[in-house]
Order: sequence, then structure tokens, then C-alpha cells
Amino acid sequence: MRTGLIAQKLGMTRVFDANGKHVPVTLLKVDGCQVISVQTKEKNGYTALQLGAGAKKAKSCTKPERGHFAKAKVEPKLKVVEFRVSEDSLVEQGAEFSAAHFVVGQYVDVSGVTLGKGYQGVMKRWNFAGLVATHGVSVSHRSPGSVGQRQSPGRVFKNKKMAGHMGDANRTIPNLRVVEVHPEQGLILVEGAVPGFKGSWLTVRDAVKKQLPKDAPKPAGLKAKAQAEAAQA
Amino acid sequence: MNELEKFEQEQLSKLSGGKKIPEFQPGDTLRVNVKIQEGTGEEARTRIQAYEGVCIARGGKGVNQNFTVRKISYGEGVERVFPLFSPAIDSIEMVRRGSVRRAKLYYLRDRSGKSARITEREGNEGADVVEAPTEKSAAAAKPEKKAANA
Repeated sequence: MRTGLIAQKLGMTRVFDANGKHVPVTLLKVDGCQVISVQTKEKNGYTALQLGAGAKKAKSCTKPERGHFAKAKVEPKLKVVEFRVSEDSLVEQGAEFSAAHFVVGQYVDVSGVTLGKGYQGVMKRWNFAGLVATHGVSVSHRSPGSVGQRQSPGRVFKNKKMAGHMGDANRTIPNLRVVEVHPEQGLILVEGAVPGFKGSWLTVRDAVKKQLPKDAPKPAGLKAKAQAEAAQA
Repeated sequence: MNELEKFEQEQLSKLSGGKKIPEFQPGDTLRVNVKIQEGTGEEARTRIQAYEGVCIARGGKGVNQNFTVRKISYGEGVERVFPLFSPAIDSIEMVRRGSVRRAKLYYLRDRSGKSARITEREGNEGADVVEAPTEKSAAAAKPEKKAANA
């Protein structure tokens, strides 16, 4: 299992594919995504990579944070995420990832925090139909209606859909197709929408439910490696 | 310019590269040459089909610009919305310029025959064919407009 990456949502636009078909895409930016620490089986009991992305001022870091980043010899990062990986996909500390980690045509799962909608009624939150507009209904046109039965069971069942806070929750959108990858600009274009506002942080990983293409770089698509290959050629 | 706009600008120059798109507006009669793919795989080949009708609306900005063309086909009104920079469009030809007072000519849907006519627009012949707006030409066009207003 390869590591995922931390990306920033830039917004949506459209591209046209080879057949001239229109494809709605979201632009994801991978910039300065580096390994901060490596969790190994011997040391931690499991294997994972801790990645960081986005610039953070050194003065706004706590002392322990500063020490942690200094150990990896990386600039302080704004967003830090740990990805569980298999043992053969571990990468050395400080390595920087390229957008070429993902290949065109592969599928990815994108996780992020959805837009907060605040306190919402059942019609918006759960798509209830509400009550009718006429036939003597007064005041309660957008109410949920009945929430249960009578003396038996005499209570409202758990998980009953009701009004409440909507959005601002972690959500994963599975199986988004990678339409284009631009490693020089650090851009990944995925088909369809992803959670969050423009500029929000996302994690992008290989789709769990789809086969990874054979040409995907292993153990990971690193910037230094790509540069070395370019220098050789 | 943020990175999204930059990307869209690149897309725009890539899509409009070498293509000549006439300056047209709602009311104009256009002939849109559409590429159509026939068959799949090895037998696939493309041919060009012309779609001619009145442009009744333009919308969108940048790469997302589109236009609607309406025609009467075998007595039935047909409307197609084309993305302006779609690679499926081979070329756009101006057939006739029309003079109208609305940006959206949706009222043509309720009309037929004599009442659906559009009078011909005259003058402004010099600006017949212009290349798709790039960043530079858009910037160059702005001061001209100001001068015209003054």
C-alpha cells in the first residue's frame, strides 16, 4: 500500500478530453509535501509515513514542533498527516513528493472537511418532504412531522433523522479518476467534486476499491528521483 | 491572477490556438461545423456536419463560454448549446448578421414564420474575423472601449 499525499483544493474548471468530450475537473495542488517522520515496525509497532505540507512560520511553532521538524531537516509545515503504508512503501525522512505520484487514468479517494452549513432543518439536512402547503396546515410547513409511535415503544428511536448541525464533517469521496497530472506545477486534476472550500487541505490516496495501474511509481513518486532521471536523460 | 485562473488561461490559449472564431452576437445566423465521430476503435473516422441556425444566447466567461443556436428542422424547433472552445467544433462561419435589442432571444421560441424574422444588421464590416480573445488582445481591447465611450 502506497502513501497518500496532502493537497490543497484550488477549485473547479473544465477540460476537454481527446475525443472533445467535456470533463468537469477539480484542481488539486501538491506543493512542498515532505516526509517528516517514518514509523517503523521495530520502533513503533506499525509502519506509516508522517507527511507535512504548506509553509508555517517558525515563530508560530511550539518548541516541541520545532524540534520535530528540525529532526527531519524540513521547513515547519502547516498541515501534518500520517498515512499507514506497507513496509515496502516506506520513504526516507525529508523526501519531497511530486504530483507524479499519481498517474493519469488511475482512481483516487479524496478526503476533506465539507462546507459547514450551520444548524439546518430536516428538509435541507435529510431531504424530508415537509408538510403540505394547504389543507389546513399552519406554521409547520417545513416540520419533520411525526417522530415515532405511541406508548409502545414510548420513546424516539436512536439515530432518528432530525434537525441539527450540517456539514463541517470529514468526508471521503471514493473513486475519482485522475484526468491530468502536471508535475512541474504540482497539479493533479481529478474528475468531479471534492469536499471543502477553495484552499482547504485534502488527503489524496490510491482508491481502495480499484486496482492500482502497473506504471504507478513505487514506493512513491518523489521529486528528487524525477530530477535525477531528467538529469540522466 | 490565482493558480486556477492561470490554468484556465493556459487551457484557453491551448484550445483557441490557431482557431479563428468570428465575433458574433445573439441574432446572428451561424453555420457551426461540428466534428462527428463514426464507429469505434480502428474503424473510427470523423466527418464534419454543418449545423446552421440563429444564435439566440451567449453565456459564460473564459473557457466556460457557450452559445446557443436555434434552427427549425423539419418544422420542429431544435436548439443546441455549444461550448465556444470545444475541440468538437471544427469552425464557425458567420452567415448573416442580425439586429436585435435583447441579449437572450428566448422569445423566438414562441414565434414562427414572419414574426420570427430578424432584420439584418449593417456596418461594422471591418471587425469581421478576429482571433479568440487571449489575455493580450483583451487588454488591448479595453482602452478602445473606453475611448469609444468618451
